[in-house]
Amino acid sequence: MQAAIEVEHLHKRYAHTVAVRDLSFRVERGEIFGIVGPNGAGKTTTVECIEGLRSPDGGHISVLGLDPGRDRAELREVLGVQLQSADLPDKLRVGEALRLYSSFYSRPADWRDLLEALGLTEKEKTPFSRLSGGQRQRLSIALALVGQPEVVVLDELTTGLDPQARRDTWAIVEDMRARGATVLLVTHFMEEAERLCDRVAVVDAGRIVALDTPAALAAAVDAEQRISFRPATPLDDRLLTDLHEVTGLQRHGETVIVTGTGNVVNAVTSVLATHGIVARQLRVDQANLEDAFVAMMKRNDDDR
Amino acid sequence: MTAEVAAPARAARPRRTPLRTLTLTELTLFVRERAGLFWGIGFPVVLLIIFGAIPAFRKPVTAADPHVSVLDSYVPILLAFSLAMIALNVVPPVLAGYREKGVLRRMATTPVGPVRVIAAQLIVDAAMTAVTMIVVLVVARVAYGVAFPRQAAGFAVALVLGAVALLGLGLLLAAVVPTGRGANAAGAILFFPMMFFAGLWLPIAAMPSVLRHVSHVTPLGAAVQAMTDAWQGQWPHPLQLVALACYAVAFPVVAARLFRWE
Repeated sequence: MQAAIEVEHLHKRYAHTVAVRDLSFRVERGEIFGIVGPNGAGKTTTVECIEGLRSPDGGHISVLGLDPGRDRAELREVLGVQLQSADLPDKLRVGEALRLYSSFYSRPADWRDLLEALGLTEKEKTPFSRLSGGQRQRLSIALALVGQPEVVVLDELTTGLDPQARRDTWAIVEDMRARGATVLLVTHFMEEAERLCDRVAVVDAGRIVALDTPAALAAAVDAEQRISFRPATPLDDRLLTDLHEVTGLQRHGETVIVTGTGNVVNAVTSVLATHGIVARQLRVDQANLEDAFVAMMKRNDDDR
Repeated sequence: MTAEVAAPARAARPRRTPLRTLTLTELTLFVRERAGLFWGIGFPVVLLIIFGAIPAFRKPVTAADPHVSVLDSYVPILLAFSLAMIALNVVPPVLAGYREKGVLRRMATTPVGPVRVIAAQLIVDAAMTAVTMIVVLVVARVAYGVAFPRQAAGFAVALVLGAVALLGLGLLLAAVVPTGRGANAAGAILFFPMMFFAGLWLPIAAMPSVLRHVSHVTPLGAAVQAMTDAWQGQWPHPLQLVALACYAVAFPVVAARLFRWE
């Protein structure tokens, strides 16, 4: 099947810096694909090339079989773009903006449905300048979706939003996929990528340094895991320190903190179970995408 | 409309063309902003009413030509004032602001593209100029008995060339000044010397000959002189028409070449 987005050997340089070097990836249809990376990694440049806003210096891009440079007109009908920072005229009202943008497409969504889906119905007559950050972001998403795009690019979707607004926005993205759209998500929030994305490309200094599911990326980091609990009955430390997976044990008052690698969680819980020790307030801190990201960036820095 | 049959059932309302919707949107914003409405349309009309009420303005400019009153000579200046207000104090900040705020960038991601936003804005500005012209002509005629331009075709040519030249200049400012605020300042700075050469404070006819010659080749001075000539029944002097035509071609072309989209 034809990929939603195909990027092959993309290369883009500005006057004195190389923004993107030999970057390749493929986004399948119906996928939520994340691009994460530190500031200046080339994430935005990459998506701007995909959107046809910039022309690459080298490589090849195809979006649903269209070339963003050559087939601009067709591309804009099927590609919805939420830009990192793009405002509207201060006095333009929410409903007017949506009606205006829906007139740009040959088969637009009903903008009133979109308003409702994004919780903006009550704001229909509110001018842009009086919207909160979260409301502006939702309007921006609505404008990206009003043409019923098959592929949606979301750049720094939840930057500047409060936690509740961020969660609401995530639900909207999941809803987009449920409707069959392919989503390309640029973010520097690992939590966001972990929660939403099927696969994530980690970009640093214009290159992809890793590409996999968030879980696989996290698992690849051989980080220590931390288990903390309060034993209901007295516990002999040696029961746990004798396990080869356990690398350390500390006590803080009644709380026992065990650190270890590999399958340490299973090892510890089964020892506790065989000795009939109930672990209260059990907490396991495992490596997540953020740890993986930090580890990768550190490795990359060391290589340089 | 047959096109509606093929459209999805959800889009029950007839689809308007993007440029038309954009133009109506720009018009709504123009009215809501009020500055353009006040300075571009209201203020010239108020000035006309005030000038008309002053007895000295009803007297002839020179004893040699008793048919042309001071007020008559001011009507083209008021039209130039309106044109300059909109072209220099509305167009640059609005369009540079659109670039600064990312409105043009967002448009670039839609099938319509950013050029038509600019076109819509200029259509609205041209329409507002036409409205001002009609209001000023009618008020001057009805309230103060100022005759309509006697050389109507010459007047229309002068006005259209002047409007294109001025809007082109406004577009040029918007093209090269990066921010809305900067464009606002640049427009205001150009406005006063240009209005001086248009004869707002000192009628062109009363200027020392050096200033008068300069005035005749400035965009607004040439427009006012050409409109004044046409008003009094003569075809405008070729010098002014050529000057206006050059500006009307050069400003938009250079603006289009230099326009910074981001």
